[in-house]
Amino acid sequence: MVVVAEGLDRLFEALRRREFTVVGPTVRDGAIVYDELESAADLPTGWTDEQDGGHYRLERRDDEAVFGYVVGPHSWKRYLHPPFLRLWRAEKRDDGFQVARDEAPRKPYAFLGVRSCELHAIAIQDRVFLEGEHVDPIYRERRENAFIVAVNCGQAGGTCFCVSMNTGPKASQGFDLALTEVLEDGRHYFVVESGSDRGAELLAELGGSEATEVELTAAEVAVKNAVGQMGRSLETEGLKELLYRNYEHPRWDQVAERCLACTNCTMVCPTCFCSSVEDVSDLDGEGAERWRTWDSCFSGEFSYIHGGNVRQTVKSRYRQWMTHKLATWYDQFGSSGCVGCGRCITWCPVAIDITEEAAAIRLDDRPSEQ
Amino acid sequence: MVPHPFRVERVQRETADTFTLTLEPAAAGIEIRYRPGQFNMLYLFGVGEVPISVSGDAASPVPLLHTVRVAGAVTRGICELGRGGTVGVRGPYGTPWPVEQAEGSDLLVIAGGIGLAPLRSVVYHLMAHREKYGRVAILYGTRSPDDLLYRSEVEQWRGRFDLDVDVTVDHAGLNWHGRVGVVTTLIQQAQFDPDNTVAMVCGPEIMMRFCVRELEDQGVDLGDIHISMERNMKCAVGFCGHCQFGPEFICKDGPVFSYQRIADLLDVREV
Ligand SMILES: Cc1cc2nc3c(=O)[nH]c(=O)nc-3n(C[C@H](O)[C@H](O)[C@H](O)COP(=O)(O)OP(=O)(O)OC[C@H]3O[C@@H](n4cnc5c(N)ncnc54)[C@H](O)[C@@H]3O)c2cc1C
Ligand code: SF4
Ligand code: SF4
Repeated sequence: MVVVAEGLDRLFEALRRREFTVVGPTVRDGAIVYDELESAADLPTGWTDEQDGGHYRLERRDDEAVFGYVVGPHSWKRYLHPPFLRLWRAEKRDDGFQVARDEAPRKPYAFLGVRSCELHAIAIQDRVFLEGEHVDPIYRERRENAFIVAVNCGQAGGTCFCVSMNTGPKASQGFDLALTEVLEDGRHYFVVESGSDRGAELLAELGGSEATEVELTAAEVAVKNAVGQMGRSLETEGLKELLYRNYEHPRWDQVAERCLACTNCTMVCPTCFCSSVEDVSDLDGEGAERWRTWDSCFSGEFSYIHGGNVRQTVKSRYRQWMTHKLATWYDQFGSSGCVGCGRCITWCPVAIDITEEAAAIRLDDRPSEQ
Repeated sequence: MVPHPFRVERVQRETADTFTLTLEPAAAGIEIRYRPGQFNMLYLFGVGEVPISVSGDAASPVPLLHTVRVAGAVTRGICELGRGGTVGVRGPYGTPWPVEQAEGSDLLVIAGGIGLAPLRSVVYHLMAHREKYGRVAILYGTRSPDDLLYRSEVEQWRGRFDLDVDVTVDHAGLNWHGRVGVVTTLIQQAQFDPDNTVAMVCGPEIMMRFCVRELEDQGVDLGDIHISMERNMKCAVGFCGHCQFGPEFICKDGPVFSYQRIADLLDVREV
């Protein structure tokens, strides 16, 4: 189907009628972030982002593209796996205490503007939180009913490498609707594809028309352009084995000299899932709560056990992070832990680049004797 | 993932800083059935939650026994609760000691310090099924005689004709008449058939490494040696990421591993 640009208003209305809280991209503090949106007017129309290692800048576009940027510092994990969340509250009673989980009913989310790499990142977190022996009830509640409107990328960013990771730029699965934005010959429209029954049902309310051959081709060309614009690339052939046999590579020492262990890369990464808990009690001691917060393998206390931190050096922490993303993740969850979104490269204050680090080790493969 | 309140029925002092808690569920219908080597998360109201192995007899899961050494705020608070106090419990988690797979073999139970706690469940199991195992040796080492856990119980085990129990300490005063030396020396003296032995080792990582080396020297297959690993844990169900050890999550793939499975990782520092 083809929906004209104004159809986005109807999309918002249709989602609201279904009682969704719409979350999508918007401009704030010089970046495109994800937040709850009121209407299509909140979308970052006419903006794009320039990205490179340690560099991010918003720029005005010379057109009215709504999704003419790539990805910003936020990812959907903010909503599915919130950075700060109360898990439960306990009250003292005569016979001890009673624990109650927070089960406030909430409106389900509709995520608008989910990129293909992000769909893959969500699928990766699904494997962590839903598909193992244990299920995270919080993630499940938020994930189960979420409505996903994907956007196929019509341009790639300076730090993107989804083509290497086989995760984009075109959404192939895991969405209710997928849009491809086309600006051509004075026209501005979206080619919309549905990926589920409820997506198809909603699509019927957007007042679109059947897509013509010309329009479909224009959408395809847009995505093809993005393929040709990948700012980075990563050779994944044998990557897991490469990293497993290079635990003692000198490159880890070199990257550790630059890494500030600031944790930025883990906070912006859409697949990083590590968390910590904080137990707190009321001043009168009658109530207590457990909060879950995002945590990072770059922090010292992360690996603390009685007597000291297991990973004392920054070298061991960077190695843990990158080896997890690109090697151990395969053994844990059956896929790469990296989707090639480039966020960790863009938001690293010293421009450390996961693709460059992996390439350096590949170039100087030094199997450690074991 | 939510702790169940358990009442402390009894606190038994084991050493100056280690206590065994006997816990009963505060509400009816809660029962934690576990296997030797598994652990629970113990929650101290408003303070925090820590992984602690079950140290009781898995065949009778109520009451629940945990042996806790005071290490910091949570373990101290738990040990100070006293009779009638309440502790939150969720579990059981993790992999058990391979007591069934070990049937028909000689068994070496090797513990260092507090490491005897999770292995005590193994001892209960093998005493109840003694006929299923070959020779059984329990080798126990601590820093000093004051650090020995379950002293009278270990004496009872020693009195059994079908168990070889040997105890050593690193340092001792004049009133200690037992062995002095590291626990590896006990391995050299134990009676077992290296080709048909399963070893279960728990203690400080360094102690386990030395034991494994000694067992290997004696000809025990690395796949027949099992150790229990410790790492920081916040959730115990594989979500928090803290306990990762290479590809392994200590909380769900462990804590008990065959040595063979993790030998390469143990050779790398700071994994
Ligand atoms: C699988 C497993 C089984 C265990 N079984 C026992 C047992 O039977 N008896 C016993 O006394 N101890 C056991 N421990 C160790 C026990 O969990 C720690 O001593 C305890 O977490 C210390 O907490 P704390 O707050 O009192 O001390 P602190 O030193 O103040 O610790 C602060 C925090 O760091 C973490 N932490 C510190 N040390 C450890 C550690 N060794 N392992 C995991 N997390 C740690 C905890 O989150 C703790 O709350 C076990 C650990 C693991 C992983
Ligand atoms: S590791 Fe970097 S490029 Fe890969 S998914 Fe995470 S943030 Fe994106
Ligand atoms: S790699 Fe960069 S972003 Fe990640 S912790 Fe190091 S300095 Fe921070």
